[in-house]
Amino acid sequence: MSALLEVRGISVSFDGFRAINNLSFAIGAAELRAVIGPNGAGKTTFMDIVTGKTRPDSGDVIFGDPPRSLLRMTEAQIARAGVGRKFQRPTVFEDQTVGANLMMALRAPRNPFAVLRFRATDGHHARVVELAAEVGLADHLHRIAGELSHGQKQWLEIGMLLAQEPRLLLVDEPAAGMTLAEREHTTTLLTRLAQTRAVVVVEHDMEFVRRLDCRVTVLHEGAVLAEGSLDHVTADRQVIDVYLGRG
Amino acid sequence: MRRSTVIFIAALAVFVAVITVMAGAGMISTSFVKTLGMTLCLCLAAVAMDLVWGYAGILSLGHMAFFALGGYMIGMWLMYARTEAIVIEALSGQPLPATPEEIRQGIGNQIFGVIGTSDIPWVWGFAHSLPLQLLLVVLVPGVLAGLFAWLAFRSRVTGVYLSILTQAGTLALALHLFQNDSGLRGNNGLSGLQNLPGVSASQDATSLWLFWASALALAAGYLLAAWVVGGKFGSVIRAIRDDEQRVRFLGYPVEGFKLFVFTLTAVIAAIAGALYYPQAGIINPAEMMPIASIYLAVWVAIGGRGRLYGAVIGAAVVSLLSSWFTGGRAPSIPLGFYTIDWVDWWQVLLGLVFVLVTLLAPRGIGGLFK
Amino acid sequence: MMRFLLLALVLALPAHAQDAAAVLDTYRDQVERPSRTTIAPVIEALATSGDPAAATVLAAWADRRLAVMDDGTFVIMDGDALSDLAGQPVEGEAQPLRPNAGVRGLIASALVPFQLTDPDPAARGAARDAIARNPAPEHLPAIRGALARAADPSLSRLERLLTLRFDPDPAARVAAIESFGADQSMDLRAALNPLLATTRVATLGPPEGNVAREIPVSELGREGAYDLLVSAGLAPARLTRDAAQAALVANIADGQVAGIAVASLNTQAARDDAYSALEAAGTVPPAATEDEVDAALDSATFADVYAEPNADVTDAARAALNGIATRVGAMQAADLALDALSLASIYFLAAIGLAITFGVMRVINMAHGEFIMMGAYTGYAVQQVVPDYTLSLVVALPLAFLVTFAAGVALERLVIRHLYKRPLETLLATFGVSIMLQQLAKNIFGTQARPLTAPDWLSGSLVINDLVQVSMIRVAIFVLALLFLGLYLFIMRRTRLGLEVRAVQQNPTMAASMGISPGRINMLAFGLGSGIAGIAGVAIGLFAQVTSELGQQYIVQSFMTVVVGGVGSIFGTLAGAALIGFLQKGIEWLNPSNTLAAQTYMILFIIIFIQFRPRGIIALKGRAAGD
Repeated sequence: MSALLEVRGISVSFDGFRAINNLSFAIGAAELRAVIGPNGAGKTTFMDIVTGKTRPDSGDVIFGDPPRSLLRMTEAQIARAGVGRKFQRPTVFEDQTVGANLMMALRAPRNPFAVLRFRATDGHHARVVELAAEVGLADHLHRIAGELSHGQKQWLEIGMLLAQEPRLLLVDEPAAGMTLAEREHTTTLLTRLAQTRAVVVVEHDMEFVRRLDCRVTVLHEGAVLAEGSLDHVTADRQVIDVYLGRG
Repeated sequence: MRRSTVIFIAALAVFVAVITVMAGAGMISTSFVKTLGMTLCLCLAAVAMDLVWGYAGILSLGHMAFFALGGYMIGMWLMYARTEAIVIEALSGQPLPATPEEIRQGIGNQIFGVIGTSDIPWVWGFAHSLPLQLLLVVLVPGVLAGLFAWLAFRSRVTGVYLSILTQAGTLALALHLFQNDSGLRGNNGLSGLQNLPGVSASQDATSLWLFWASALALAAGYLLAAWVVGGKFGSVIRAIRDDEQRVRFLGYPVEGFKLFVFTLTAVIAAIAGALYYPQAGIINPAEMMPIASIYLAVWVAIGGRGRLYGAVIGAAVVSLLSSWFTGGRAPSIPLGFYTIDWVDWWQVLLGLVFVLVTLLAPRGIGGLFK
Repeated sequence: MMRFLLLALVLALPAHAQDAAAVLDTYRDQVERPSRTTIAPVIEALATSGDPAAATVLAAWADRRLAVMDDGTFVIMDGDALSDLAGQPVEGEAQPLRPNAGVRGLIASALVPFQLTDPDPAARGAARDAIARNPAPEHLPAIRGALARAADPSLSRLERLLTLRFDPDPAARVAAIESFGADQSMDLRAALNPLLATTRVATLGPPEGNVAREIPVSELGREGAYDLLVSAGLAPARLTRDAAQAALVANIADGQVAGIAVASLNTQAARDDAYSALEAAGTVPPAATEDEVDAALDSATFADVYAEPNADVTDAARAALNGIATRVGAMQAADLALDALSLASIYFLAAIGLAITFGVMRVINMAHGEFIMMGAYTGYAVQQVVPDYTLSLVVALPLAFLVTFAAGVALERLVIRHLYKRPLETLLATFGVSIMLQQLAKNIFGTQARPLTAPDWLSGSLVINDLVQVSMIRVAIFVLALLFLGLYLFIMRRTRLGLEVRAVQQNPTMAASMGISPGRINMLAFGLGSGIAGIAGVAIGLFAQVTSELGQQYIVQSFMTVVVGGVGSIFGTLAGAALIGFLQKGIEWLNPSNTLAAQTYMILFIIIFIQFRPRGIIALKGRAAGD
């Protein structure tokens, strides 16, 4: 299986602090992967680098088919190339309706002039309704996003990600602040999504990672400490020392 | 079309009709027609400001500079063409018919004698031609705004930094024009703009024409702005205002959108200025000091951001009230020990109202309509 | 003048070794009715008479104290007392002579040699100054005579200054020029410059005299070169456009000129054709053609020629002036650097408060300029109550701090506290406060500028030499700026308040959970920033006019200082102030006539600078900088 995303030996430091230290990482085109690690292990910085928010000091990030480097691309270009990102805190546009949020995310030409000429067709409306139904917001299409509950905002954001039709999804702590039922729903959704695309889940919560039942990469001090099934990594002495050992 | 747009256009049409009839019947003075026409131009500038600030979240403290630039561009033609007519008239008394050089010399003397030269600066190269100068009304502010925006947005200058940068840029432009060697008559500015060259009609008539033109421009600008913000584009720029980074992760080239909005609104402001100054009759660099642009922001904030009609209401109400209060026509309030003279106290009141509106009614007057 | 004095010398010869009274008698008519044109021989005769009383008599005459008694005897009046020319008291009535200003001027110069040897040093100094102001060749012998009697360095210097201009011997002049070495004072330059004065000449052969340089025609331009030839009488005047036009007008007949319709003469080419037609008809004299102009220019030489005929002297003078120019350049650079340093100090003082409110709290305070203005007006108000300028300054500085501190705290409590989550609206609300404060200041203090007078010890200058001097106020502002830098560092790094401010700056939530009240810290920080603005206002008011718009003149530069320097770092503000101060002075130096242009270019530079360092000179990197 050829890799969809390949991170090769990247390093980055802030004011002398090495946030990422010669990190290499690869994920296939249809794979679910959990990334775990203690605070400061470099999980968020790793996502920032892949999405173009932070530039690494060295190394390369290769994505897609045909493979190309993401390092010279802007955030928007990377997003258009098929990398979607879900933030830990739900970020939806609270001033606008659920429908407008989804419509904005819908795959369509993104340049200003194309957007200016854009007029929603029946097909677009149907797709928005379909997406809203998929994330359980079918009844809330005309509500202002700011009025939604925390969980509903999370779902709306996932709906927007789906509308983007990314080939790689980076999800930051999806389970944070969710009820048990919502977690189960999320697990199912992520597993289903991973059948057609690559999904990287950054998570703190071991219980949630166990539910995902996928390969796990453990980060520590900006580098990969261990990789394999959850049982494999939890048996690793080093992992126990630096991560599990500290609770 | 949204209901508010329809209502606005209808109200504007009724207003224009009423004023036309009243002016025709001699019930209102020519100078008042001019004041109203100028107010309509300020409303158009406010619509542009609302688009760039209220919708796209870019608090520009420089849009009145584009407004004034538009005025300068049209003012150059007005002044040149009128001076040319005067010079030709004056030279016609001579025994030999005037050569083009003599006419040019005469125009140079007339226009630039005040700054001690008779050479016509290169920036006046197109001033003899109305179509070319009209093109410059759009091009000069447009290119300037585009260049500034490209530089600023490309280096991700946002928020208050951007505001300060626009303020500084505006100050630089104004200081440049204050110099005699800017070629635009330094602090003398351009004058006599109320006389339309080649038009023999009275000021009564021309002021009404300019009033109609201003109303038409406002209607067109409003419809354009309503169209821009009505669709997905409006949705995206409001999203940029609220969370720029998130919009980038949706794949939108944020800088391109901001550049587009900044430049478009600069051009709208320039057109408004090009209609305003023929009614004002005079323009000088003081008009483009940053303070003017800050006042524009004040009007839009008081009227209500993020609503086009709010911007129009704010600009109309505050600018008319300002000229009423500072014109010395407002009655003073005697307090016994002290008399409040509005010429002195209007600014204090305006500042206070502005603080209160920002604090207590961030949606402005327009917000009361919802 | 010179010829005239030589003549006077000749006429005075027979009077030699006479006493003063005899001289006056000889020239009685001129003395009693003196006129500037005829009196010189008399004065000269008196001065060279050898009578020890000559100086006294001349001085009395110049003071209108020389009088004539009824019997024709000349006496000197001192109030009501009379004395004869030798100083013996005399009884009687006398009419004072009233020489006019011109005559008294001549007498004064004749007195100079006497004064140069005056036992009173002050009188000698005054005489030296008089000569230095108005040097003339005839002073040389007097000075040398005085020098021969007693050594006097200042007089010796004056002697060399006069020698290099007036000595008949070129070698002595060159030696005098070279004796100054590395001296670069104004009087030396004033003495040297006339030696290098040139006139521009046009000749047909090689130029005569001490030629400075020959000038190619290309440098003068065809028109300019030909005009020189014309004014030298070496070529006929060209036909001017006006003359040609007048000729055309004079020859209008039946709406035609030389058969060409007047109406078609509306281009220069058509007019030239018409003139040629007139020429051909012989109606007007032919004008110089282009070929003739070229030929005349080819045969002529143009040159700048020194008025001074001796090349050795001009060479020495040029070498000396070039040396001076180099040293003066260095001095001017030093002066410019000091100027820039003062400006940087002012910007730093104006911006340091802003660096706290904007840099630390991320709150933009458009009314910051008005706090500066309030400080300046506080200083003015204090001076109305406390008349002693030093004392009033001592009172005004802390009072200005208190007033603006209070205003800052009030602003923070009433307005800014409610807008921490809406930074752009803080900008607008504080702008509202700004226009309120400006108008209030206008209503209270009027629109005219109010003086804030510096005490005497601050109003002087620190003079380093002729070229480099710094006004004491600017020195004081520099010291004040250093003081505030130190104070800021002390507060931020050594006090509890500073620790808490930094904690709130870095992580308000965490700080709050540790028992620090972010509200209180913000209020104090804002008050501190505003208070410093008030003190800056007093300092700025000392050298600028205090008006309600005082703050506006500094606000944009202050913002630029903070932004360019890098938000959140006091050393960034320092670097920003230095950059902007030096840049502005540098641009002003390149284009000294135009300070407006300097500001324009400086702002443009800053906009471009931000392209390359969006976070300023001293940037906080990484996560700490926030996004």
